[in-house]
Amino acid sequence: MNMLRLKNIHKKFNHLEVLKGISLEVAQGEVVAIIGPSGSGKSTLLRCLNRLEIIDQGTIEIEGEILATEDTEGKCQYVSEQKAREICFKMGMVFQQFNLFPHMTVIDNIIEAPMLVKGIKKELIIPEAEELLKKVGLFEKKNSYPSRLSGGQKQRVAIARALAMKPDIMLFDEPTSALDPELTGEVLKAMRQLALEHMTMIVVTHEMAFAREVAQRVIFMDNGDIVEEGTPEQIFNNPEHPRTQAFLKSML
Amino acid sequence: MEKIITMMGPMLDGVNVTLQMFFITLVLSLPLGLLLSLARISKYKPISFLVETYIWLMRGTPLMLQLLFVYYALPLVPYIGIKLPDFSAAILAFVLNYAAYFAEIFRGGIQSIERGQYEASKVLGMTYVQTMRRIILPQVLKRVVPPISNETITLVKDTSLIYVLAMNDLLRTARTIVQREFDMTPFVIAAVFYLAMTLVLTWVFNKLEERYAAYDE
Repeated sequence: MNMLRLKNIHKKFNHLEVLKGISLEVAQGEVVAIIGPSGSGKSTLLRCLNRLEIIDQGTIEIEGEILATEDTEGKCQYVSEQKAREICFKMGMVFQQFNLFPHMTVIDNIIEAPMLVKGIKKELIIPEAEELLKKVGLFEKKNSYPSRLSGGQKQRVAIARALAMKPDIMLFDEPTSALDPELTGEVLKAMRQLALEHMTMIVVTHEMAFAREVAQRVIFMDNGDIVEEGTPEQIFNNPEHPRTQAFLKSML
Repeated sequence: MEKIITMMGPMLDGVNVTLQMFFITLVLSLPLGLLLSLARISKYKPISFLVETYIWLMRGTPLMLQLLFVYYALPLVPYIGIKLPDFSAAILAFVLNYAAYFAEIFRGGIQSIERGQYEASKVLGMTYVQTMRRIILPQVLKRVVPPISNETITLVKDTSLIYVLAMNDLLRTARTIVQREFDMTPFVIAAVFYLAMTLVLTWVFNKLEERYAAYDE
């Protein structure tokens, strides 16, 4: 089953075309890594999925439900705000800059959205949140404020926060890029764990080793286009396109 | 000493008027200012333009002029013109004026919150209202405590402007006694009262800041 289907996505920032007709399908339980040079449009693509960016053209379908599509005149139309919100909170997102809520403790960060958005009672969500914190190894930090945590710990809380909404798809936007190198491991470990549990994941990353090891499919983007995609072996061992070859060479 | 005690009666009445002006203005203008700030950042251009114009008017003319206008000129305006008693007129002028300043303080606070906070709220499924109420405004409050404290202390002293409506606040009462008795003591007493009020406010706002210091950003 397709969790996600994108057709011919176009996105412009003023006059700069950052996505030039992207089509992509992601199956349930699949882990897709998107790699590419900065400015290639890979983060923008991810942000279009949950309407942090609004597309100019194309169709977005999440779990069979249409989020945005083209009308008969070829103009892009989104579904209603209410409907869009319901579709989008099936997707959890983890940001490069964590974006934890600084005025709330770790546990409150996690339970806020389930209580507010889904109306789940506090006494029901607390045990779940504690389970999630144990899973990412931060149970003892549950009453700390985010400012007391290291970058790696913050990102693991952010992952737990996203998971508390019980998403079907997890989007990761360069989750380790803001971290000191010695802290990336703990975050990647949490993500690896998720992949083992067959979470559908789309990961924009510079971590080639992670992409190679965890992803089932690697997509190389450059200049607003998908240049090449394939299994990690194909992309990393036998890249066909010269731009992929040049990029991978520069990453070494 | 005896003289001071006889002065204290009317002086305390003056303090009462000053405190009433202060508290009523504060309690009404803070929420109004918050609403104005939200309207000011609205996507709907006519609304934000209207509020921008309002703020320009309120900050661009003297508070004393606004006081005189509400009391003397408002009754002459066709249709909406009403004659207010002096206390209500003073409250109306002060609330309208202070709400404009508070609105700008809140706006600055709201716009200082990182975009990532809105994005995180959005991807977690929160509506705009939920995001503002639970995520943005609580953080704004922490950031605006110092400027709000400043403005509030100014308000204590601005209340003395109501003397133009012949209202017997602390300062006007002091002046009346000075002119009658040729004794400067009431000025000193008035100064002590103002300083005491400011001291209390400073203490309250320090407590607030301490409370918000529970988390860093």
